[in-house]
Amino acid sequence: MRPRKLLRNIGLEAGLLLIGIPVLLWTLIPIYHMLLFAISPKDAAFSGQLWPANPTLRNFEIVFAQKHHFLYHFWLQMFNSLIISIGTAAITLFVATAAAFAISRLRMKGGRLVMNLALLTYFIPAAFLAVPMYKTMGMYGLLNNDWALVLAMATIASPYAIWILRQASDKLPVELDEAAMIDGASPFQLFRMIYLPLMVPSLIAVGTYALLLAWNEYLYAFLLLSKDTAITLPVALGNFLSADDSPWELLMTAGFLYALPPAAIYYAFRKYMSSGLTAGAVKG
Amino acid sequence: MTASAIDTPARREKPRWAGFALSQRQSWGLLFVAPYIAMFVGFVLFPVGFSFWLARSPRLYVELANDPIFLRTVINTFVFLVVAINVKMALALFLSGFFTHGRWWVKVLAVLFVLPWAVPSIPTILSVRFMLNPEWGVINTLIFQLTAEDGPNWLNDPTLALSLSMLVHIWKSLPFWTLILLAGRLAIPHELYEAASVDGAGAWHRFRYITWPSMSTLYVTCTLLSMIFTVGDFNSVYLLTGGGPADLTHVLATLGIRYLRLDQVGLAMASIVCALPLILPLVYFMMKRLSR
Repeated sequence: MRPRKLLRNIGLEAGLLLIGIPVLLWTLIPIYHMLLFAISPKDAAFSGQLWPANPTLRNFEIVFAQKHHFLYHFWLQMFNSLIISIGTAAITLFVATAAAFAISRLRMKGGRLVMNLALLTYFIPAAFLAVPMYKTMGMYGLLNNDWALVLAMATIASPYAIWILRQASDKLPVELDEAAMIDGASPFQLFRMIYLPLMVPSLIAVGTYALLLAWNEYLYAFLLLSKDTAITLPVALGNFLSADDSPWELLMTAGFLYALPPAAIYYAFRKYMSSGLTAGAVKG
Repeated sequence: MTASAIDTPARREKPRWAGFALSQRQSWGLLFVAPYIAMFVGFVLFPVGFSFWLARSPRLYVELANDPIFLRTVINTFVFLVVAINVKMALALFLSGFFTHGRWWVKVLAVLFVLPWAVPSIPTILSVRFMLNPEWGVINTLIFQLTAEDGPNWLNDPTLALSLSMLVHIWKSLPFWTLILLAGRLAIPHELYEAASVDGAGAWHRFRYITWPSMSTLYVTCTLLSMIFTVGDFNSVYLLTGGGPADLTHVLATLGIRYLRLDQVGLAMASIVCALPLILPLVYFMMKRLSR
């Protein structure tokens, strides 16, 4: 009996390792490959070594100092990405918080219809909405303007934001509103003094969601912005592909720098993200 | 039924101020919802309506059907959806079971495992693209060092290139679905498993009779949702293959953008309209499921 149980435990541990190791490699190889390029001298990156013979930070210096014609506007493009992400988060929060309040707390007539329209928007595949969006942004005269991307991304982020916020808001007790109303609070006071403070965790989750969505977006950025000084960092990285002699090690270095902030934010807000977002993402 | 669900809370309130409060509420509600309505009309309703109007001519659909790329694209999209999503969801279901094991190293791995989801697509997909470069990519370098033979020209073969796009898609979105299915698994009461163990149920039986019955709805919902998202997945294909070689690896998401870049907005919209029979049933089903 005893040895058999021991054997079974060993079998389980071995089985777990047999799954865990491939999962680890599968997850990390593309990211490690990127890092390897970033710290390798120009010609050494292709040798297939696991660790470069002479690791260097030279590539980072070049990127920081913008000393390559692909990277002349690196900091400006990073700044564009930042401004657009913050703008998207702000507009999404404003629009979605107000809408969720009207639907969930004020229980306005037609709230359900608004919610359904938002959900329907959420289910339009992003690449399909891109075509109409590009066409209309042109008509509005917003092409090559940061606002085009901010508004497009906020439009894409809002439906899911409203949905998450409405679910969180539905959980707040109705008695709070009733008590405040009897005390003579206007709906706006209700919104500012009761609803907003209680919704802070969900607001953080939704704000982070919108921020990351905009920071990571490639397709819309690449369609709506094209001037070298107006584009965001991912579009600049994509532009490396247009030339045959692109400096890959610099592309990977810049890409690494671009990937760091969202990863850091994700891990910093993981608690909010996983409770707020995954729970709401798919309620079976 | 649904309307009464909304009406009841209002009716429960004290009748003396309910009438006044309701109309006041309604106007405040409209005020609060106005920004979203404006956004919806300006950036969803009008663009989509306008584009459908652009795609109204039957001539466009004839032209589209005559474009040899189009048929190939439809097939590719279908293969992409059926193969990539099912492989991904099956893997996610399996790995969500793996991550329920409470070892310290499994917890560390769970944190690292989210990285593909947490970092933006463009640097990682380009990194994969470089790994696959036939001349100096790390994969063919290794193949050459090990076998002294040249590796395949990965992205120059349409079947191989599309398969690799699917792998990239799986790499990127597997963590998300695994986390969701993991949350589903953790919601199953532990006592059920303990009772089953006492009764001598093996791993397969525990899965078959406890895990699967409580997870199947979630699993199906996730699969459908993932399909909708994947139809719009532009990055996995475009950034890896660019639709090539010879436009043989396009999916509907990249084809629409390709037409748009060629300034053929009508064709772009027509190709999207052609995808609607595929999308609308999924959307209808999801709406019914989520808008309860």
